[in-house]
Amino acid sequence: MEAFWIILAGSLVAISCGLLGCFLVLRKMAMVSDAISHAVLPGIVFAFLISGSRDSIVMLLGASLIGIFTTFLIEFFHSKGKLQADASIGVTFTWLFAMGIIFLTLFAGQVDLDADCVLHGEIAYVPIDLWITQAGDILGPRVVYIAGFMLILNVIFIVVGYKELFLTTFDPAFAGAIGISTTLWHYLLMGAVSMTTVASFEAVGAILVVALLIAPPATAYLLTEDLKKMLIITTILGAVISIAGYYLAASIDGSIAGAMSAVAGVLFAAAFLFSPKEGVLIKSIRNKSIEVEA
Amino acid sequence: MIEQVQNPVLEIHDLTVSYDKKPVLWDVDLSIPSGKLVGIIGPNGAGKSTLIKAVMDLIPTNSGYIKLFDQSLGEVRNRISYVPQRETVDWDFPASVLDVVIMGRYGKLGLFKRPRKADKEVAMECLRKVGMEQFSKRQISQLSGGQQQRVFLARALAQQADFYFMDEPFAGVDAATEKAIITLLREMADQDKTVVVVHHDLQSASNYFDWVILLNMRLVASGPIESVFTQELLQETYGGKLTLLSDVSDLMRKEQYPHREAK
Repeated sequence: MEAFWIILAGSLVAISCGLLGCFLVLRKMAMVSDAISHAVLPGIVFAFLISGSRDSIVMLLGASLIGIFTTFLIEFFHSKGKLQADASIGVTFTWLFAMGIIFLTLFAGQVDLDADCVLHGEIAYVPIDLWITQAGDILGPRVVYIAGFMLILNVIFIVVGYKELFLTTFDPAFAGAIGISTTLWHYLLMGAVSMTTVASFEAVGAILVVALLIAPPATAYLLTEDLKKMLIITTILGAVISIAGYYLAASIDGSIAGAMSAVAGVLFAAAFLFSPKEGVLIKSIRNKSIEVEA
Repeated sequence: MIEQVQNPVLEIHDLTVSYDKKPVLWDVDLSIPSGKLVGIIGPNGAGKSTLIKAVMDLIPTNSGYIKLFDQSLGEVRNRISYVPQRETVDWDFPASVLDVVIMGRYGKLGLFKRPRKADKEVAMECLRKVGMEQFSKRQISQLSGGQQQRVFLARALAQQADFYFMDEPFAGVDAATEKAIITLLREMADQDKTVVVVHHDLQSASNYFDWVILLNMRLVASGPIESVFTQELLQETYGGKLTLLSDVSDLMRKEQYPHREAK
């Protein structure tokens, strides 16, 4: 049962991250998600200080506001300060992350937050961190509820806004010309990424959440040329990563979050080498056989 | 030579646009009649693309106003189509030809509604018009430059607009595609639709357009091609590039300009 809860929580988180990650990869904004995942830290600490609990709506909203603020700052330094986009990302998130670290150590006594847990996650504790109602009923692991809620929210966001997300990602100028606000959809997506990151950090930590945001979509991108299929493949990959990651960690008695990200990396490498369309190995074999025929 | 017209479909008044305080367009003031095939012509960096981006409200303007069908863009957006430069999008994007053409229907669909069967039929019909119907399922990463441009044109047709703005539709396309596109644009103008095209090839320009806007940061001329495509005005537009200009004047003399096949 313990394994089931961990795998379920891992899958929910990985699928949520992957679905949003598809759009980040296609918008060439993969590193922005890295920035957000770190920059939400001060938001998490402050929301925790104010609300005093880890699963409140306050926390999700507070952190997502910080995430949107981060993307705004990145844009601002880039467009107004004439700073290169990557330098602008680097300056913004390290600074916000550092603030988070300072607050975390400063308020360490008052806050039931562990720096190690925030950074690396502790998915192994999922089954013992139960949601218990005031009446005393045990409803199952708390993280599973949060991750499940986040996944439903993300699926609704993508299904309802599919057309707008698709168009603003592919051709922002045309989207603007027919009256779809690219800025609005940009910040909606960034808000969703921020909330998902916050909802996921307890499970996998602020650092490895980037692996779940980017590696499955990058893998799916190599396997298909259809956005809908890319989303479906990413979903399957999310579940596979969670299952294989758990058993890998169990067999070597290591970190589950680390094992999940490692599996994500291995799957990407496999797609890179063996993808029927883009695979490096397949291509070279194909080229050889053409040479032989000629 | 700036000819203002009665009942214009496009009216630009005192338009100034700048990037980082560097002016790109100065005090442009023009009007265009309906049912014309219009060319915006000028050297590199003259602000040709900037002009149509300003009309589509994609960049901020410093002064002036723009009216389409005597209204602001927001009120007539459904009647206006915009075709960006082909290179502005990532053609490795995971989408099929039909996916891209159906985007032309999004404006009419409105928020959150999905394309229906009728929209797909319109999209297929538009693909047929540009000679690409057999490519509808093809991934866009597998298209040639000319095919990409045809797909963009099909998407514009799917908008079923009355006014089309096209940014460099002939850049980097093969001769067959260029001919197919200009034939289609001519048909559209004959149906009283207005088509404005950013173009940089002077030689073909004299055969393609019935109305020309000569631009080099400021407006040099706007009017019927017969009165605007003169050596003095072209010289004024292109400044020092004299060798090119003498080529053009030779060409014009040889071809007994103006010259277009009768309908």
